Amino acid sequence: MDTNSVIGTTNKKGQVITDARRMMFEAPRTPSFYTGSEVIKEAIRRANVDVMIAYPITPQSEAAALIGELFAEGYVKEYFRGESEFAVMSECAGAAFGGARVFTTTAGPGTMRAMENFPMWSGARLPIQMIVTCRGINSPLSIQPDTLEIAYLLNTGMLVWHAETAQDFYDWILKGYIVSEEPDVHLPLALCCDGFFVTHTKDMVNLTPADMCLPPYDPYRSPVPCMDMECPPVRMMRDPFVMKSNYISYATHASWQQEVWAAVERSRKHTIAWIDGLIETENVDADVLIVSSGTAVSQGREAIRLLADEGIRVGLVKVKSLRPWPGQEIREATKNAKHIIVPEFNVVGWMAREIKASIPNSDRVVCGPRVGGGMTMPPEIIVSEIKNALGIRSAAMAGRGS
Amino acid sequence: MTQYKVLPGPEHFLPPAAASMGIRLPNPGEGHINGVIVPEEQAYEEAARQFLMAKVPTIFPGPLVLWAWNEKAAKKATAVRHLYETLKECVTPQQHAMLIPMPDYRPKYPKINPEVEINPNHPNLTIWHNKIDCCMFVGVHCHQANLSLKIIRGGTSCYTIAMCAQAGHEDAMLSFRDASVEKIMKLAEWLRKLKGTVKVSQMVSKSGASN
Repeated sequence: MDTNSVIGTTNKKGQVITDARRMMFEAPRTPSFYTGSEVIKEAIRRANVDVMIAYPITPQSEAAALIGELFAEGYVKEYFRGESEFAVMSECAGAAFGGARVFTTTAGPGTMRAMENFPMWSGARLPIQMIVTCRGINSPLSIQPDTLEIAYLLNTGMLVWHAETAQDFYDWILKGYIVSEEPDVHLPLALCCDGFFVTHTKDMVNLTPADMCLPPYDPYRSPVPCMDMECPPVRMMRDPFVMKSNYISYATHASWQQEVWAAVERSRKHTIAWIDGLIETENVDADVLIVSSGTAVSQGREAIRLLADEGIRVGLVKVKSLRPWPGQEIREATKNAKHIIVPEFNVVGWMAREIKASIPNSDRVVCGPRVGGGMTMPPEIIVSEIKNALGIRSAAMAGRGS
Repeated sequence: MTQYKVLPGPEHFLPPAAASMGIRLPNPGEGHINGVIVPEEQAYEEAARQFLMAKVPTIFPGPLVLWAWNEKAAKKATAVRHLYETLKECVTPQQHAMLIPMPDYRPKYPKINPEVEINPNHPNLTIWHNKIDCCMFVGVHCHQANLSLKIIRGGTSCYTIAMCAQAGHEDAMLSFRDASVEKIMKLAEWLRKLKGTVKVSQMVSKSGASN
């Protein structure tokens, strides 16, 4: 099938299959007041998804249930519940091997339970999209927002994007399919957001017309053959190269892994074009910059407003894509900064580590403030951290968590 | 801007993927030579020159053009055959043009027969055995082509060309993108145009990898 040949035709729901660029950049938008979960539903309504596989876990359960409604309405061709998150992700692989456009959602411990599948998805070049509505993963139990699980996803070979708002979420679900299905990329995408803050709050979101949908996935552009038990990648599940224990088999195995990360690199060009850069910046000529991702950026914006009232100018770098990692963009944006503040919703500070590894003079990075699940991040603690860095006396409001 | 160049090897047991070294794929209407983006027309000329310079110029057609799984594939296969016939007509008697298929991607154990096929998991064996010093991949799935191209760059001194139907291959020394019947035929025209104007390489590989 040639994808272009179906543009302008209608699907069984009467949606016009529309060129993705026209749909995302030119079509009229309708402002709508929705929760993040409802936004996921609305994006999937327009995404021409073949298969959605669900398993309940807070805070993604609502989105998974809403997509069940889409199935009942006929917008999603196949929908079922797996026996666990591990089963769900394995079933997603099967559907993608068979040439379907696949969608799933998970969160926190569900992400961790299914973790074995993610490097397998990447290694098999399966462009599955998985929404991760981040929440606490560690004991003591917390269902509250916490981005620790993202740290584990960063080295799976998946594309990893981190949405700040419901609008990001809506646009990136649709654009995510376009980027991850490019034949030179063809990798799974973990589209993350901070659970509850994005999924369970209402926000104004500009939606594309409901009578337009993306072109279908074309599995014949895949860089690997569809399901074929005798050929890699499927064959490699039962008959890996390295089991042969010879020199060239090791080389093949290693080259295969390099190719996965090469594909992450290739996604850079497409990601920049579709989500308008890997980062967004404001006032990067300021001495102090806040650099973060997700809703920590939103709290950073509020801290910047509070500090502006006191005459302290602070700039902002919003990191949109974590894989591919915008190292060069961050180096450029932070080149004049004296203090780089990295607020995070997790106890380990993975974002600060990534930034430190990317820039010269990394002692400029202030690794905090952090909150470790279960609470929001008051902008005042970001203000306090910045004042401390500037040598301005300020009451301590929170520790760094580690 | 990267300083890395995609050059004939042998580069390393495990050379880096060119994409990870900052090499970017061409946009439509462009190709790349050694990782540098060039107008497609320049890529045709250079590909033809490399073929005519080689002692054993070889085409490796993959499953996407070997099997008549749709009408377009059958037409492309005919074009590949035409390119091969043209190549044979354009080389001197001292050169030996070959066409060796990559029929599938199954690892062949215990040993591949390098005289009859090439395999993406150990393509260097076919290159070494036949002393191939210039090759072109066509109709090979992109992931498998990249594996092969990188292993060839790692262990042999063979010049690699990719006639890719998708976005191209930065792990080849020269790559086309959006390959079609017309593009394959155009490369054949360039061979005819340069016939007799290119001196056959006298280079002997320092490593003896492919010469």
